[in-house]
Order: sequence, then structure tokens, then C-alpha cells
Amino acid sequence: MQAIYGLYRDPDSAQQAMDLLQQAERGLGFNDNQILVLTGEPYEDHAFGMQNKKTIMPWMSAGGGLVGGLLGFWFISFTQRAYPLMTGGMQIVTKWPDGILTYELTMLGAILTTVVTLLIAARLPDWRRHVFDPAIGEGKILIGVTDPPEGSQDELRRRLRSAGAVEVKEFIA
Amino acid sequence: MNKTPEQINEELLLPLNSTSWRYYLAVAALGMLVLVGFYAWGYQLDHGIGASGLDRPVFWGVYITDFVFWIGISHAGTLISAILRVSNAEWRRPVTRCAEAITVFSLLIAATFPVIHLGRPWLFFWLIPYPSERGIWPQFRSPLLWDFFALNTYLIGSFSFLLLPSFPDFALVRDRSEGWRRRLYGILSLGWRGTPKQWHRLEMAMRIMAVAIIPVAVSVHTIVSWDFAMALVPGWHSTIFGPYFVAGAIFSGIAALIIVMACVRKLLHLEEYLEPIHFDHLGKLLLAMSLIWFYFVFAESLTTWYGNQPSEMTVFWLTRSGSFSPLFWMMVICNAIIPVPILSIKRLRSKIGWTVLASIPIVIGMWLERFLIVVPSLEQNRLPYAYGTYTPSWVEIGITVASFAAMPLLYLLFVKAVPIISIWELKLGQHEKPAEVAAPVPAEEIVQGATASGR
Repeated sequence: MQAIYGLYRDPDSAQQAMDLLQQAERGLGFNDNQILVLTGEPYEDHAFGMQNKKTIMPWMSAGGGLVGGLLGFWFISFTQRAYPLMTGGMQIVTKWPDGILTYELTMLGAILTTVVTLLIAARLPDWRRHVFDPAIGEGKILIGVTDPPEGSQDELRRRLRSAGAVEVKEFIA
Repeated sequence: MNKTPEQINEELLLPLNSTSWRYYLAVAALGMLVLVGFYAWGYQLDHGIGASGLDRPVFWGVYITDFVFWIGISHAGTLISAILRVSNAEWRRPVTRCAEAITVFSLLIAATFPVIHLGRPWLFFWLIPYPSERGIWPQFRSPLLWDFFALNTYLIGSFSFLLLPSFPDFALVRDRSEGWRRRLYGILSLGWRGTPKQWHRLEMAMRIMAVAIIPVAVSVHTIVSWDFAMALVPGWHSTIFGPYFVAGAIFSGIAALIIVMACVRKLLHLEEYLEPIHFDHLGKLLLAMSLIWFYFVFAESLTTWYGNQPSEMTVFWLTRSGSFSPLFWMMVICNAIIPVPILSIKRLRSKIGWTVLASIPIVIGMWLERFLIVVPSLEQNRLPYAYGTYTPSWVEIGITVASFAAMPLLYLLFVKAVPIISIWELKLGQHEKPAEVAAPVPAEEIVQGATASGR
């Protein structure tokens, strides 16, 4: 993998770089998916930090809760019937206690699904070598292009610099 | 506070990179106390549960008191952090991780007490709801089984709540480390890079978790209260026990959080991050909880006194003017009479020392409250010929002291491994949020401008 990227001190410069790259992508022969943004904190108040914002995570969590609750109730009621206790004529499958346990397992299902959905959606864990620069931990914003087409590197460097990059670098894996 | 990202990194990662002799001394001292607890437990295993003070009719004593107390302390963290996240309170940023860590550690400590209380811990798996051929378990009607489910859900939720926002900070430590530390934090960060997608999913997950964890936290202490309230024991069988326990848990939790934050602030030199305003805000919450706690105690006492049922009144007078009255009135002094005046006066509340001074008695008072709920009702439970007395043995006291040492010990080990303040959230709080997303500048203009200026 190869990449050319610029490091920006402030979000406005980073946004300008992003705009420049987006406007140049057709001419230089790359697409939106090749534009890379890395930051040390979320920038959801800037367009460059709002890529891939659409998610079904809340629905997944709700679904996980539903599945957790249903499986929980099934597990409890199945066990109650399979191993019946002496109840002196009272219910074997009890409504109130089963409700409490079903509630707990509903919440557990929702929590676990949220965690798993996060890991899958954020593609974690991923210990392979990717484009990265530790400078983002110092507040810099990385904007670049992965696998830029042949002959476009000089123009990309020029555009990244013109938006106010503190530094323009190349990454080769 | 107005610091550059580099300054924040340097100051908040410093405790991970440098260790003073005082740290080792503190770890050694606390470790010794924890070892004393293990010795006491070993003695109990060797001599049987009779080594504790538990005997007929009091089969629940200090171990169950400790269990309920530590569950209560766990409400310091995840619940408070979740409420502050949901309400988007800006001042939460330096506080959340301090608080969330308390939850995980106090739950782990609390979870050991049912096992210690068993007497024969090698049969701990009897607590797990597995199909029993003996025909007595799982007893889904038992609040003890509800506890198992609630506690585990809360522990898993709280651990996730602490872990998820730590990935970006682990990545930060990874990028500033070498050798085995770099490899370790590389594994812990799961390869976090900081793409917009990762940030957005993380924030979304934290919002969902915050909403989900609040009802779980409330349910956990409600269910712990039902361990008592579902029994027809005088002093226990009360409809307000659920909210009463939850209020008490949040109350003791905030007090513990204030003490921990003050210690962390002093020991790790975080004076510029954990500011007096944070203690002032928490002090206000503590004041509100103190008044709510007092209201519950009053409501519970008045209803019992007005009903005047003989068995209830026996326990009532045992705690108000009998052998437990010194503990009862000390509890009232610790939980209301000392903290309310201190926390009501803004001049005192805004000083960290005074807020801590109000919090320490609350932690003591809430432990006493748990003890007064558990023991007196069992000592004089309905039938006078079955009355008895309970005195904790040195084994129980040793294990309790060890649990109080285990908390700061775990915390000290934690602050050496994880930044105690969420660095990325702190930096995020420093952003000046523009009113709207900046309008894109035409590319040609910029490129032409750059060319004209000779770049």
C-alpha cells in the first residue's frame, strides 16, 4: 500500500484539503474511498469528520436486546419445565421472577450487541500495517490519498500543501 | 484550562512512564493488608465458617454488609458517568474514567463476598444457574439468583463502558512507547487508527451504552434490596427498599468518587485537570443525595413507628435506643448532620478539602447503614426464644479491612496502566465548535492563490 498525505494543524485547513482532493479526484483518477482521514479526536462538527456517518447500530442494539430477552425467557422457562421444583401447586413458569430475569438478559443482549457491532463496524481488531502517523495524537489532522494513480503524486502534494499542510509525507507499506 | 494537545499528552501520560518510591511503598503497604485478608480467609477455610462470628440466628453478617456496601459504591462510576454523558454535562470529561474504574473494581470486590460467605467456596458453582439434578436449583423465584444475573449484566456493561473509550488512549500510549510496551498497547488498542468511521461508531456506541446502563444500574441495587425486602423479616419487608437502596448507593458512590478524585488529583499532580469546580458540582449532587437519603430513613421510620407492629417495633427500638443505637446515631451524624451543613455552604463546598471532609463520614455512615439493615433484624427476628447476638470475628474484620485496601490497590495498579483521564475526550472538550460546518472554499481559488504566493 502507498499513500500521500498532509498533516494539518487546524480543522479548517484539513477541510480545505479535503475539498481540494474531492474536487480533483475525477481529474487525477482516484475516488472518494481512497481519500483518507485520520484524527486524534472526533471532528463531527466538520464535513471531513462526518464520512460514513450512516449506521444501523441503534437498530442492532435494539435487536440484540430483543433476541437477548427472548432467548433469556426461553432459557428460563425451558429450565423451569425441564427441572420442575416442588411448588405446592403454584406456577412452575413464574411471571414476575421471569420478567426480572428477562429484563436483565434483554439489557445484556443490547450491551453485548452494541460492543460487537462497534468492533465489526469500526473494523477492530486490525493489527495489520496501515497508513498512520503518530502526529495525530498531538492534534494534527491527517488528510491523504491511498494508492494514488501513477503521475498524480506531484499534483496531490501541491494541493495538500496549498491547503496549509504542516508537512506532506509519503507512506509505503 | 487551555492546553495544547502535546501538553495534555505529556501531563496525563506522565504517571504511566514514571514511578516514584512512594508509589511502590503505597502498593506494598496496601498489598500487605490484602494479604492479611487472604490469611484470614485461609484461616476460615481451614477452621470452617465457625471462624466467623456467624451463628444462629444471625447467618448474614459483615460479609453480606460488605457485599451490599461495595455494590453501592459501584454506583459511583458507571451510573454517574452515564447520567453525565446522557445529559451532555461538559464538566464530566475529566471525571468519567475515574468514576468508571471505581465501578469495575468495587463490583469485583463485591463479587468475592458471596463466595467468601459460602464457607465452602469450592462449591461456588452452586450459585450458577445450571440444571440441578438435586431438584433444588436453579430457583428462579430466589432474589439471590436474580442477583447473579443482575450483577453479571452490570459487570459486563460497566467493563465495556470503561474499555470502549479507552481504545483511542491505548493507541496514544502505543505511539509514544517502545519495545514490549508498544506491543502491549498495540494489542490493547486493537489497532485503533482514528478514522471518522471509528470515531463515529465509538461515540454512537457510548451513547447507546450510556442509555442502556442507567436502568441496569438501577435494577442491580433494586435487586440487591429485594434480597432483603422479599423476606418476611421485621425491618426488611418494605416496599420502599428498592429506591431506598438505589438512593443510598448513589449517595455512597458519589462520596467515594470525591475521595478517589481528591487522592488522584494530589498523587498524580492533576490539579489543572480536576479543578475545584468539579468537586463543587459533585458536592451539590452529594448534598441532594444526603437529603434524599434522610427523607427515606425518615419515611421508613415513621411508617414503622405508626404501624406499631410488635415484631417491627422490637427491631425499631433495638436500633434507636437499644444495643445498636450508638451505630444508628453515628450513621445519622455521618450521613446527614456532618455533610449537610458543609455542603450547603458554597464557600465550603467549593473547597476540595471540605468536600472530602464531608465525604469520608458518608462512606463510614453508609457502611454502618448496611450493617444496621442486615444484622439487627436477624438478631431479634419475631420469636423471642430464638433471639441471639452477633459479634464480628477477627476473620471478618480482617477480610473487610482487606477489601478496603484492595480498592486503592487496584486503583494504583490501574493508573499505571491506563490514563486516568480520558485524553481524547478532554481534547474534544477543548474544541471551539463553529456554529456550522465551514463552507468549502473553491479549490481553484486556493490553488491559484498558492501559486501566486510562490508556494
